[in-house]
Amino acid sequence: MPLVFAGACSHAPGITGRAERAEPAARDRFYAALERLRQALEAARPDALIVVAAEHFANFFMNNMPAFALGMADHYEGPIEDERFLRIARRRVPGHRDLSERLIRRVMDEIDVAYAEEWLLDHGIAVPLSFLTPRFDLPIIPANINCQGPPLAPLHRAYAFGRALRSAADAVPERVALIGTGGLSHWPATPNSGKINEAWDREFLRRWSAHDKAALLSYSDAETYREGGQGGFEIRTFIAVAGAAAGATGEVWCYEPIPIFAVGCTVAVMHLGQ
Amino acid sequence: MSLYHVQKLLYLLNRDGELRRRFQGDRAAVLEGYELTAEERGAITAPDIGLLYVLGVNGQLLMHYAALCGLEWNAYLEAMRDGVRRHGPVRAGVYAMVPD
Repeated sequence: MPLVFAGACSHAPGITGRAERAEPAARDRFYAALERLRQALEAARPDALIVVAAEHFANFFMNNMPAFALGMADHYEGPIEDERFLRIARRRVPGHRDLSERLIRRVMDEIDVAYAEEWLLDHGIAVPLSFLTPRFDLPIIPANINCQGPPLAPLHRAYAFGRALRSAADAVPERVALIGTGGLSHWPATPNSGKINEAWDREFLRRWSAHDKAALLSYSDAETYREGGQGGFEIRTFIAVAGAAAGATGEVWCYEPIPIFAVGCTVAVMHLGQ
Repeated sequence: MSLYHVQKLLYLLNRDGELRRRFQGDRAAVLEGYELTAEERGAITAPDIGLLYVLGVNGQLLMHYAALCGLEWNAYLEAMRDGVRRHGPVRAGVYAMVPD
């Protein structure tokens, strides 16, 4: 069954953890866009949701860091963060081991992906799920791109990872949806938390929406670090979504710079089936 | 430089409740198992979040250690700024403070 849905959104812990400290109008526009994304995802009637996130040392460390990884379990635990910090209760989220395995076998035709039969969810997956599947009842397939511990996979490989996920999803009978989560420019967990390069973000989203692949893949890590901070390395998740939606253009439903959330809060979709 | 080991300990503390309990009971005993300099050992034990930041601990690890140590969000941001004031610029990694 062809991939039924491809979208992207922000995942910063402040989105849930510091909600009352945001400027209310901007926050509510962002939350409304997430609700629109939830409805669009639900309308696609997925059997499972691949969540391509930028993991933050919940599972992988520099002793053995995969560039790309996929979960392969019937359930996952999380969020790993302090429940008071994230304001999301720790829980078990359903997975789909059999589907994961079939997808992984297909992805391996194109990408040497690592698999993990245990996976702890962190805010990168838990925050988006708290809006998109608030009952945490849709089976998920967690995917990780190393955006934390350099050396990082080059952008064209993140795009290829997305393309491989698409080929794999298209090849299984289940209705698979895909969402990428991450920040554009941001300097999280530094004294600069709240700094956002809106112009850089908007240009990235322009390239992403137009599916201007050459422009999208042209950022060097040095440029991203300078203009978008170390958090900007997470553009890999958005680029993977573009790879999964090759041939399609996208649409940004929301972009709101919200400093207390540490990121330009984004909700976007790719128009599949074009 | 044993920044790798500092980060590994924080990584394990973030994900292992049993280790957290042991650590909170007897920090020194848990630290025995890691190759750390005296400065790193002191920063973890104090805890001196500002110094850990300057040493180059990845923010995604330090943010959670700061929360574990009971620092509220603004206090955590201030601890990092204070660390830079006391110890100079961040010495390693990609989480350096930049001009706003």
